[in-house]
Amino acid sequence: MRTFALAGNPNCGKTTLFNALTGAAAHVGNWPGVTVDKREGVYKGGNENINIVDLPGIYSLSPYTPEELISRNYILEQRPDAIINIVDATNLERNLYLTTQLLETDVSVIVALNMIDEVEKAGDKIDVRGLEAKLGVPVVEISALKGRGIKQLMDRAAAMPMSRRGSTVLKDALGRQIETACAFYREKQVCSPLFHAVKLLENDEIELAYGGAKAVLEEAAAGEDLEAVIADERYKYISQKLSAIKVRKEERGALTKSDKIDKVLTHRVWAIPIFAVILFFIFHLTFSENLFFLNGFTEEMAWLPSLTELGLATKADGGIEYEHFGAEVLAVFYDGTVYSPGVMLGNLLNLFLSHISDGVITLMERGGAAEWATGLVGDGILGGIFAVLGFLPQILTLFLFFSILEDTGYMARIAFVLDRIFRRFGLSGRAFMPMIMGFGCSLPATINTRTLADDRERTATIRVIPFFSCGAKLPILTAVAGGIVGAFGIGNADLITFGMYVFGICTAIICVLLMRNTTQKGETPPFIMELPAYRLPGFGNLMLHLWDKAKHFVKKAFTIIFASTVIIWLFSHLSWKWEYLPDEQMNESMLASLGMFLQPIFTPLGFGSQLGQFGWVFAVAAITGLIAKENVIATFTALALCIGAYAGVGTEEGTEELAALINVISADSGISRAQFVAALISFIAFNMTTIPCFAAVATAKAELPAGKFRFTLLFWLAASYIAGAMIYTVGAFVWPLAIWAACAATVTVFIVLRNTGKFDIMKIFSKRRK
Amino acid sequence: MLKLLSDFAVGERGTIKTVTGEGRVRRRLFDMGVTPGAEIIMRKKAPLGDPLEITLRGYELTLRKTEAACVEAELL
Repeated sequence: MRTFALAGNPNCGKTTLFNALTGAAAHVGNWPGVTVDKREGVYKGGNENINIVDLPGIYSLSPYTPEELISRNYILEQRPDAIINIVDATNLERNLYLTTQLLETDVSVIVALNMIDEVEKAGDKIDVRGLEAKLGVPVVEISALKGRGIKQLMDRAAAMPMSRRGSTVLKDALGRQIETACAFYREKQVCSPLFHAVKLLENDEIELAYGGAKAVLEEAAAGEDLEAVIADERYKYISQKLSAIKVRKEERGALTKSDKIDKVLTHRVWAIPIFAVILFFIFHLTFSENLFFLNGFTEEMAWLPSLTELGLATKADGGIEYEHFGAEVLAVFYDGTVYSPGVMLGNLLNLFLSHISDGVITLMERGGAAEWATGLVGDGILGGIFAVLGFLPQILTLFLFFSILEDTGYMARIAFVLDRIFRRFGLSGRAFMPMIMGFGCSLPATINTRTLADDRERTATIRVIPFFSCGAKLPILTAVAGGIVGAFGIGNADLITFGMYVFGICTAIICVLLMRNTTQKGETPPFIMELPAYRLPGFGNLMLHLWDKAKHFVKKAFTIIFASTVIIWLFSHLSWKWEYLPDEQMNESMLASLGMFLQPIFTPLGFGSQLGQFGWVFAVAAITGLIAKENVIATFTALALCIGAYAGVGTEEGTEELAALINVISADSGISRAQFVAALISFIAFNMTTIPCFAAVATAKAELPAGKFRFTLLFWLAASYIAGAMIYTVGAFVWPLAIWAACAATVTVFIVLRNTGKFDIMKIFSKRRK
Repeated sequence: MLKLLSDFAVGERGTIKTVTGEGRVRRRLFDMGVTPGAEIIMRKKAPLGDPLEITLRGYELTLRKTEAACVEAELL
């Protein structure tokens, strides 16, 4: 089967054409060694099947970004049978710049003039024959979005001769120099000698590394800086030839539609408020359980009746029982408040999954399976997988919104607006999106860091994403804050929750500053990018995007998460004698003794040995949180029942159980109130900043550059331990504040001195060795 | 009048004369079409005064002030 590669600028409709050619059945992976999407599919519309490889969007074949390097290596080393060069017909000048470079290789090239419908709509005309004659390769007008011209494109591509000699537009200006360099490569029998020769004259670092090339460059260029000349000549050629090819109906008015939109969205004053409102609505539509505040802004203003109040459901042991199936379905959309679309989808999936798991358990019970077996299957396996799958609808909803922002071109404007702020922390404006997505879920946020060009910037960003407290951590915040208020009657739960969010953001900022000045040091990457014209996103593209993400996530749920939940379940339901323990005796399990063993580790954080004989529940909750943050509160409620601290009907939020648990522990251990409150807040802080859930860890491992994963885990542990210890010691005793401040000052001074070169730790060590 | 692109006021037009800067930034500027002879219009500045947005070769390009300082242009 022949292989054709798709190459073109970012935003030229490459993905749309790829989808149109191959259908949705693309194989998506990563290019070896880097996390840039590699898509492959098969075109079946012609006489023969053709393998299509989608190269990353690039402006040039310089070796400065991973995308450019991948495309260049693929074309030169893998040698596809032909390149389909997609050119955005609405922006010929810059798009043809890449074309002039592709033409220098010995690979067959066909040019696909995409978005021809938009050109026609604007009343312009392009002389395709003329362009074909100038470039010396076939040119076909297409509209990938409308499906126009695709068959002709592929027919002509398939009929092309599969061998070609490279040609260059630089012949007139630099013929002599190119000939000298070209002769050198021809002698070495390198493929595409012309391409290599031109790149050498551009002072390309890859070419300069080639044996003997440097001398050839010196001979050919004779000390002249040809880099500027070559870029200039390419553009000169394009603009001269273009005037004959492109016929403008009339001079365009001052403002295009895109300009008008931009005037509002990147306005000096309104840009940031508008963005804040858009973000608010995205999160509101994904996570809110009170759509458009129909049920009032505060709890006092609530007026809609819940299903229980309507007599459609009754509160039963540990949950809610519905009168009939209809009420259960209604509860997906409404229960006292109207849910947001994201929550509705989540509820719908959970309804479906819970019926499957109920069915399986009932079947097993009827079949006479042992209690441990139904427990393992029901709570351990199905419970674990479904808990993770239950996130999928909200993650996908969030992803859908962010994909729309990306595809419309708004995301690039956000980077433009916020770059100035982020540069202070050594990041570019692009780092903002993954961070803000972290408030929803770390998984899509981590994947979104792919838009960052620099590896070090990416590493730093991925590491702080968990500090932007995700949706699953919110229950920990509200439950523990509620527990504090309930047990001690002090403070305001909302204020504590809000304060913890701010704390997370501050921790992230401090950590980024620290990393960008020490281990992840590097100059802020250049911020030279296109602001694409605003476009309506294509529905098919969006869905394909989501499908890719969903596939990825489901695969993970059934492998890594599956294994981990089973292990945790076994540890929490087996005693050291390998006997099965029902839920109520969880405190005799291996997990409990592990918790007791680990308890002293958390003493500096306030929830260790000082909490007495029941203090281990905090340690265990923190450990189960490593699997999924929902587990933290679930563990608390289960353990509160085991310890006998709480005998009432379980609440979903776990606030009452926690308050009861706090009362029991404080009576038992005699710990002071100030200390306990500090310990509880430290517990929240620890959970917020420690290693995130299993799914997020697995994603981080996949997305981080090679070799950064282990240190990332260590970093999370250290950050959370220090954060917890700081909050506890300062909150409980105040005076350690002086020590922390002194430490912070020392570290700052040390780093500043080191970075200004006044102090070199390596020098001190090497001196000592002597 | 020659001046640095970073000093252009919003709405001013110019023709690029020289592009300096070190390897990566310079190469990137060339690849994006910022070459001697190209005509540019300073479109706008971000709400915090930096980065800048320019129109060149029929599209919108954004770059930081520090990067724009590598570009010298003749004011039209």
